[in-house]
Amino acid sequence: MSTQVTEQEQTETEEESAHQQRRLAEKAERQEVRDRMRERAETDLEQADTVFDLKVFRYDPDIPEKEDPRFDTFPVPFTKGMTVLDALMYARDHYDSSLTFRHSCRQAVCGSDALFVNGTQHLGCKTQVVDLGDSEGVPGQIRVEPLPHQEVVKDLVVDMEHFYDQMDAVEPFFDADELPSGDLEEQRQTRENREKIKMSSRCIWCGACMSSCNIAAGDNEYLGPAAINKAYKFAMDDREGENRKQERLEIIEQEHGVWRCQTQFSCTEVCPKDIPLTEHIQELKREAVKNNLKFW
Amino acid sequence: MYEHDVIVVGAGGAGLRAAIAAHEEGADVALVSKLHPVRSHTGAAEGGINAALRDGDDWHDHAYDTMKGSDYLGDAPAIETLCETSPEEVIQLEHWGMPFSREEDGRVSQRPFGGLSFPRTTYAGAETGHHLLHTMYEQVVKRGIKVYDEFYVMDLAVTDEPDPEDRECHGCVAYDIKSGEVTGFKANDGVVLATGGDGQAFDHTTNAVANTGDGPAMAYRAGVPVEDMEFVQFHPTTLPSTGVLISEGVRGEGGILYNAEGERFMFEYGYANNAGELASRDVVSRAELTEVNEGRGVEDEYVYLDMRHLGDERILDRLENILHLAEDFEGVDGLVEPMPVKPGQHYHMGGIETNEHGETCVSGLYAAGECACVSVHGSNRLGGNALPELIVFGARAGYHAAGRDYGEALVQTGPSAAIEHEEDLGAPVEPGALGPADDDVAADGGATADEARSDGGQLASPSEVVHRSVERQRQRVERLKERDGRNHAEIRKKLQKAMTRWVNVFREEEGLKKALEVIKECREEYQNVAVSDPSSTYNTDLIHTIETRNLIDTAETIALGALARDEFRGAHWRAEHQERKDDEWLKHTMVQWSDGTPELYYTDVILEGADKTYEPKVRSY
Repeated sequence: MSTQVTEQEQTETEEESAHQQRRLAEKAERQEVRDRMRERAETDLEQADTVFDLKVFRYDPDIPEKEDPRFDTFPVPFTKGMTVLDALMYARDHYDSSLTFRHSCRQAVCGSDALFVNGTQHLGCKTQVVDLGDSEGVPGQIRVEPLPHQEVVKDLVVDMEHFYDQMDAVEPFFDADELPSGDLEEQRQTRENREKIKMSSRCIWCGACMSSCNIAAGDNEYLGPAAINKAYKFAMDDREGENRKQERLEIIEQEHGVWRCQTQFSCTEVCPKDIPLTEHIQELKREAVKNNLKFW
Repeated sequence: MYEHDVIVVGAGGAGLRAAIAAHEEGADVALVSKLHPVRSHTGAAEGGINAALRDGDDWHDHAYDTMKGSDYLGDAPAIETLCETSPEEVIQLEHWGMPFSREEDGRVSQRPFGGLSFPRTTYAGAETGHHLLHTMYEQVVKRGIKVYDEFYVMDLAVTDEPDPEDRECHGCVAYDIKSGEVTGFKANDGVVLATGGDGQAFDHTTNAVANTGDGPAMAYRAGVPVEDMEFVQFHPTTLPSTGVLISEGVRGEGGILYNAEGERFMFEYGYANNAGELASRDVVSRAELTEVNEGRGVEDEYVYLDMRHLGDERILDRLENILHLAEDFEGVDGLVEPMPVKPGQHYHMGGIETNEHGETCVSGLYAAGECACVSVHGSNRLGGNALPELIVFGARAGYHAAGRDYGEALVQTGPSAAIEHEEDLGAPVEPGALGPADDDVAADGGATADEARSDGGQLASPSEVVHRSVERQRQRVERLKERDGRNHAEIRKKLQKAMTRWVNVFREEEGLKKALEVIKECREEYQNVAVSDPSSTYNTDLIHTIETRNLIDTAETIALGALARDEFRGAHWRAEHQERKDDEWLKHTMVQWSDGTPELYYTDVILEGADKTYEPKVRSY
């Protein structure tokens, strides 16, 4: 009996140590992967005229060693036309493939790479490294963090759920009072009216505005600049008709709607699509007042 | 495991339209997408949507232009469906509130585009795709359609009949990017693939980083043939440093191309004496590269696109977005200087073989949009024809998956539509075939269609089929994370470079063979790929690793098709074969993944339309 136990124990110990050895070997190999990645970078670094430090916020709730937020610094060789997104991709592909950020179109239309760069909201793909440098255009250090006031999922990825919820709250869909009769007949719209809603229709849902807004940071229920801008787009579109406009104004007039805005212009300042968000909010305030006066 | 009637994979233009259609048909629909819908690459489309809306225009003319543009490699029934349905779909979009550019009388504006005999391209500034995408997403929200965003679909759940035409698709497997969980999605009625392009197979592309051919690769491994993969569209006007697209709208509005000597080369060197800058995209791309190759390019790389003469007002009204792109990504002010441009990968005419109802040869599996090939673009797509394709065939796939009966399809799918043809490719390597690997987790080769019969020879239930796919993908993920090996980025870069070097605008036999060799090397290296990030939270290392496998598969079919087709047609130019060979090549190239090796066969092109036959003519502009 006892012999059996010993044998079993021995087998277990052997298995354990074999497993241990395998893991250590694996770890060493992982170092090899990292070394090879770094080696490629070093050749680049030697040949580069300018190298700058990319300082990136890191956090991963899933890995014990990475649970504590920290900054990692990656030396990046500067090339002409390099954007912050290019620099991040360089760091990921040459130093640490676990470096995580959202990106896709790299031409400022998908809105996935809004980041906090040197203390301001920017789209990574649209921000030239050279524009963040000193007067001679040589980049010094670039600090990249996730958008503030949003929960961090991992590294530079933030949770966008709250942003999407606020968008949903303004009934974000076209809903005309009536449609023209005849299947192939469009709703006429004047050029002026299209021009009126044009800027508001450019929003790419990047979340930069929401993240820059002090009011939104303090009031979780505040609809926020992006959602109000979305409401503006529909409320100002003549094709929807008066009834629907009325309903839209009621939504944005609620307690946590337009009246919360304190005209700080921070949203307008950071919008990568140059949408005059603050103006749109003020205009809706005026519309709301006019609307209320109408019934007196 | 999640369960819905119709599962739409991908939430760009085609996916959103398919979901809305299936919902209208009464189905319980879900959209499963690796990106949030508004992040889809449809948003980057600039030019416009072709639709014969006006007096003096006719959808038959649109069909004729499209047939000619395709260099007679489109199927007439599909093209006629596209052109006949496009007006109602465009007006539908307008009714959904899409902010089209307007004429004085309040109707939607239309402008001229390359290869069109009438100014029939409707547009919304130079950001038509953005508005199309957002307008349709709004309608999805309005209908309360369930969206699983940031769920990466890795595989299809397909039964394992030996003949792909007997197989059935019961759903798919997705990786929840935020939590790292591998989950099954069971589809009671059908799965619609709408995953977009695979431009990331090239290193200079207008495509998003997310465009990695996931749909075609998954369908291909499930036994569905991919069609006409050699036809890759290179857009003549992309910014040299990034590949960012400068819309054809610039030339549509009157933009002019100059070489380094200031010559308007489209006319001066006779590339297109009638249409000039507005010749078809393949013609203009070749003209530009010829200029560069003959020493008349700027910095030996690009040419100039000038729009200054249009005047600030017109530019700001119709092309404002172009000014921003040129400024932000090339540092050029389009109002005061010409913009540098060169050809870049833009669109894939080929894709998953479907008929005009969106069906593939695997029952329950549909495809629409750029990932599919119906085929309406043949060997060259006309500008403004991609967006109508998304909405027309997205809708049809959605309706059909949800049960709408369109009757017999005129376009046939599957190997049974094959025509006899003896072909010795002379490929330098046995494509696809691989030596022994340490395991087949990374390769996942040919094992997609699992043994669907459970013990005792009974046919597995749909749930079992999905469950088994989930298990296999779960193991694959674990193994990739656990083991050590190569990083995907290196392999992807090597693949992209080879494709750009040898399978680009100009193609030569030797180069194509070189490309196939490198692709095979990539496949071998991929056998040892590993994910170094062990995290379960937002593991992009893992996603990119899986995407890279998909790129290897689609790249291989592109190079293989290009090597096989020894003629010059549309976007496919071959150095040794400078003529269109109608006697031999009025047929579609099909590549099917069969027991781990790509198999090539052909089907006939359908030139007979409903009431006329399109006779191949010389394509001159």
